[in-house]
Amino acid sequence: MPKDSGIGASSKRREDVRFLTGVGNYTDDINMHGQTYAYFLRSEVAHGKINNLDIADASAMPGVLKIFTADDLTAAGGVPCGWQVTDRFGNPMQEPKHPILAEGKVRHVGDPIACVVAETLEQARDAAEAIELDIEELEAVIDMKAALNDGATKVHDDLDNNLCYDWGFVEENRDAVDEAIKNAHHVTTLELTNNRLVPNPMEPRVAIGDYSRGKDEYTLYTTSQNPHVIRLLMGAFVLSIPEHKLRVVAPDVGGGFGSKIYHYAEEAMVTFASKVVNRPVKWTCSRSEAFVSDAHGRDHVTKIELAMDENHMFTAVRTETYANMGAYLSTFAPSIPTWLHGTLMAGNYKTPLVYVNVKAVFTNTVPVDAYRGAGRPEATYQLERVVDKAARELGVDPAELRRKNFIKPEEFPYQTPVAVVYDTGNYHATLDKGLEMVDYANFDKRVAESKARGKLRGLGIAHFIEACGIAPSNLVGQLGARAGLYESATVRVNATGGLVVMTGSHSHGQGHETSFAQVVADMIGIDENMVEIVHGDTNNAPMGMGTYGSRSIAVGGSAMVRATEKIIAKAKKVASHLLEASEGDIELKDGAFSVAGTDKSITWGEVCLAAYVPHNYPLEDLEPGLEETAFYDPSNFTYPSGAYICEVEVDEETGKVDILGFTAADDFGNVINPMIVEGQVHGGVAQGIGQAMLENTVYDENGQLLTGSYMDYAMPRAADVPNFSVDHSCVTPCTHNPLGVKGCGEAGAIGSPPAVVNAVIDALHRGGHTHVEHIDMPVSPARVWAAINNK
Amino acid sequence: MHNFELVKPTTVEEAVAALQGDDAQPLSGGQTLIPTMKQRLAGSEQLVSLTGIASMQGVTISGSTITIGGATTHATVSAEVAATYPALSALAGRIGDPAVRNRGTIGGSVANNDPAACYPSAVLASGATVVTNSREIAADDFFQGMFATDLEEGEIITAVRFPVPEKASYQKFEQPASRFSLVGVFVAKFADGVRVAVTGAGEDGVFRWAEAEAALSANFSAAAVEALDLPSEALITDLHGTAEYRAHLIKVLTKRGVNEAV
Ligand SMILES: Cc1cc2nc3c(=O)[nH]c(=O)nc-3n(C[C@H](O)[C@H](O)[C@H](O)COP(=O)(O)OP(=O)(O)OC[C@H]3O[C@@H](n4cnc5c(N)ncnc54)[C@H](O)[C@@H]3O)c2cc1C
Repeated sequence: MPKDSGIGASSKRREDVRFLTGVGNYTDDINMHGQTYAYFLRSEVAHGKINNLDIADASAMPGVLKIFTADDLTAAGGVPCGWQVTDRFGNPMQEPKHPILAEGKVRHVGDPIACVVAETLEQARDAAEAIELDIEELEAVIDMKAALNDGATKVHDDLDNNLCYDWGFVEENRDAVDEAIKNAHHVTTLELTNNRLVPNPMEPRVAIGDYSRGKDEYTLYTTSQNPHVIRLLMGAFVLSIPEHKLRVVAPDVGGGFGSKIYHYAEEAMVTFASKVVNRPVKWTCSRSEAFVSDAHGRDHVTKIELAMDENHMFTAVRTETYANMGAYLSTFAPSIPTWLHGTLMAGNYKTPLVYVNVKAVFTNTVPVDAYRGAGRPEATYQLERVVDKAARELGVDPAELRRKNFIKPEEFPYQTPVAVVYDTGNYHATLDKGLEMVDYANFDKRVAESKARGKLRGLGIAHFIEACGIAPSNLVGQLGARAGLYESATVRVNATGGLVVMTGSHSHGQGHETSFAQVVADMIGIDENMVEIVHGDTNNAPMGMGTYGSRSIAVGGSAMVRATEKIIAKAKKVASHLLEASEGDIELKDGAFSVAGTDKSITWGEVCLAAYVPHNYPLEDLEPGLEETAFYDPSNFTYPSGAYICEVEVDEETGKVDILGFTAADDFGNVINPMIVEGQVHGGVAQGIGQAMLENTVYDENGQLLTGSYMDYAMPRAADVPNFSVDHSCVTPCTHNPLGVKGCGEAGAIGSPPAVVNAVIDALHRGGHTHVEHIDMPVSPARVWAAINNK
Repeated sequence: MHNFELVKPTTVEEAVAALQGDDAQPLSGGQTLIPTMKQRLAGSEQLVSLTGIASMQGVTISGSTITIGGATTHATVSAEVAATYPALSALAGRIGDPAVRNRGTIGGSVANNDPAACYPSAVLASGATVVTNSREIAADDFFQGMFATDLEEGEIITAVRFPVPEKASYQKFEQPASRFSLVGVFVAKFADGVRVAVTGAGEDGVFRWAEAEAALSANFSAAAVEALDLPSEALITDLHGTAEYRAHLIKVLTKRGVNEAV
């Protein structure tokens, strides 16, 4: 029975009222008294030496308050990196300085050189055009493998070479994996590229720095997924502002997909500038600028080998990946191809031996960091592609090969050979569910129907696993994280019974204001509308780590549950006093406290009022008030998984692929709001289809971005995606968080790309084009046609 | 965007006069010009808006001739020629999105002669006449290569006059990002022969495919095209498709156009 409120109910998203009626409050909606405008002069070349940067004439232009260059920032630190990876020889990664403004050299198209602050944006732009800039162009390093050649031009002169790290995992298994592959009955090999993506959230980045001379305090308004993290990184490492003198506000944020996790140079620049010019300084990124200044995603080149025995059981997986870091290390960049990628290379399978090698490379391109899924889509893509290819080579059903190698339901908790322990899962159930939803048994009939219309039909399966909830602080600390990864919540009950929950999680499209309220209301048994969720302001919420890695409900939600439990425990003490009963006999149900076995009861509101008007109150034993804070640090990641199945039709003549159906059968553990979960899957799958079919970031050999606008960078649109069939009825609750939830934010983007590509390859094989083993994403018409025709 | 003066004449004569000034340029729907000005890649000191000139608005159908005012939007064209010239209506109805179709105009599109634009193929395949404030230009003389036309400085397209073919079809294969044509083929069958114009593919912009025209004039069937091979020299190679792929698409789309012509 669907519920109509609380946990499990599809409550309508309350935040949508303001988003859909145009009364949201995004950073660009904020306009301050005396506000000035910042404009960044950015490099037009990928690699160059600044021979002359003369701002004298430009500084005299109308409306200009100040033009900043690196010379003004000598006291500031570089933009920090939040994760240190240790290479397979035990050495720390090479970590270059990432200056706020270029120091003598530019290293990618879009690298900021100067920041003009003026009365109006147009004046700032005019002045930027008047800056005299002489850059001596240097050879650009674009191709990752070429970047590692001896004698290759270096992106950073002070590093040994362009190799950030050479990482091996699990290093002790290296020889055993080699041996297993050598002795295997069959080895399937695949080389593939995980295409570089530009994140493109609907709202471009914006930052406003506001310095208060009266209080010697700074406020930064910014489009961030984690304002506390920005406060910590920028305050401590860049501008040396103590946290009590720095407030960071991330109001409504229009999508992030990872790209708004990081601390960016522009944030530090406007904050710093606001003190110098003693006025608020606003920077609004244009869409064109976002293409060359938002951290990009993916960009892996991989070779994967899958070894099997005569019974088709997987015996080993070996992968070698080149991961593009771009010109500088963005906040979490080093962790993405390593810990968020290597630890997932067992997938859903019982493969006993896994070895993952990753070479992270500096190039003269925009920095690369997490993008929806972050490392896990890269792992899933190669694994699910190679399993598909193996099934074809062995002549077996791809669903059957997967089923055979899956970890069995009774084998959980399951220790993988890549460090992590999967707490729960039932991959057979999700795969069977997905196959039932697509009517797998009758697929051949649909193939014949398509054939009659002159089209090739194909079906592709992918079964993904991800690690979410990022995660136990002590573990990530050992792995090189320079931050903790708990979450916090403060639950403040007001005297008349309403609640405000201040969470360190940040909502930028996920609907937390609705689903978080459902949880708290359900625990107390009151109406959801009595609970307000507040987030995005370091002055309100306790120190929190923010939203990414599908961690909000699993970690932030758990913190909120813990704080609410404390509230309930204290409220029961108050109730026991008011009801003159012993605390152990007090029960809370439907918003009322009662004494077990009696008809004595008192309402939630009465207890709250007593806590704030403590006339009849056990003051000697209990503090007045009803406000509690909890920090929650999970003991493990969570492991959502699911079967993603795509059906396509290929037009042989033109190479055009149409997606006819897309089915997702997920195990997200317990689900708080099914409608919101379904929406998260829809969005994720749409992005996954975008990656698989349309999106690609192309640099030419000189480091010019050829896909720098929507004229050449293809975003998915409504007509590019089918109606989705989504299910999450297969539930194995997470065992180590109080809600039993696993997280659903990234799943769609992780599971869908291999399903799409597998479907296209399947269609081509069914159509007799058996020479086509692989097509790199995006599987554009031109690429499909070229593959069919061996071009 | 740099500052500029905007003039809003109500007659062609006023517009022509306003365009005599230094650094003046016509502005029609602004769907091409305004974005480039915002990026500071183009711009003039004076923009002369053409959309307030009544004589440049609307569609007149007389016998088998359609005359479309230079400042008529794609949406209006699509609606008004639906019965008389369905292929042209379909072309106009698939340009960009509703916002673009309700601002962008035929004159702006033809004057701009973007190598991937749709209208130039219709103008060329129909053997249409481009009418300006001072003369009439045959389509075959008008298009002069990528973004280049026979228009002189300050000359305005006031109308485009289309003879209506017996049947025609526009086949647009979209470039995945811009949704302009990666290749577009317009096939038009007249009593005295067939014209085939190709957009999106030529290094010199829109062009006629003479071999296909000859073959189809003799035998208007897809089979007639089958035997032809369009060389890929002089075709565009870019990140969305090679010259070879474009050559192949031209043939496929021509055949489809013949099959679907109405
Ligand atoms: C999102 C988007 C998608 C699009 N998709 C397509 C598509 O699929 N297919 C397609 O064909 N086009 C497409 N376009 C282009 C669109 O059709 C433009 O409207 C058209 O190319 C220009 O027409 P305009 O009236 O907007 O001209 P403007 O932008 O006003 O002017 C363009 C140029 O022509 C000059 N000019 C304008 N009118 C005249 C005139 N009467 N005489 C002489 N010179 C003149 C101007 O000075 C300027 O140089 C798209 C545009 C956008 C923004």
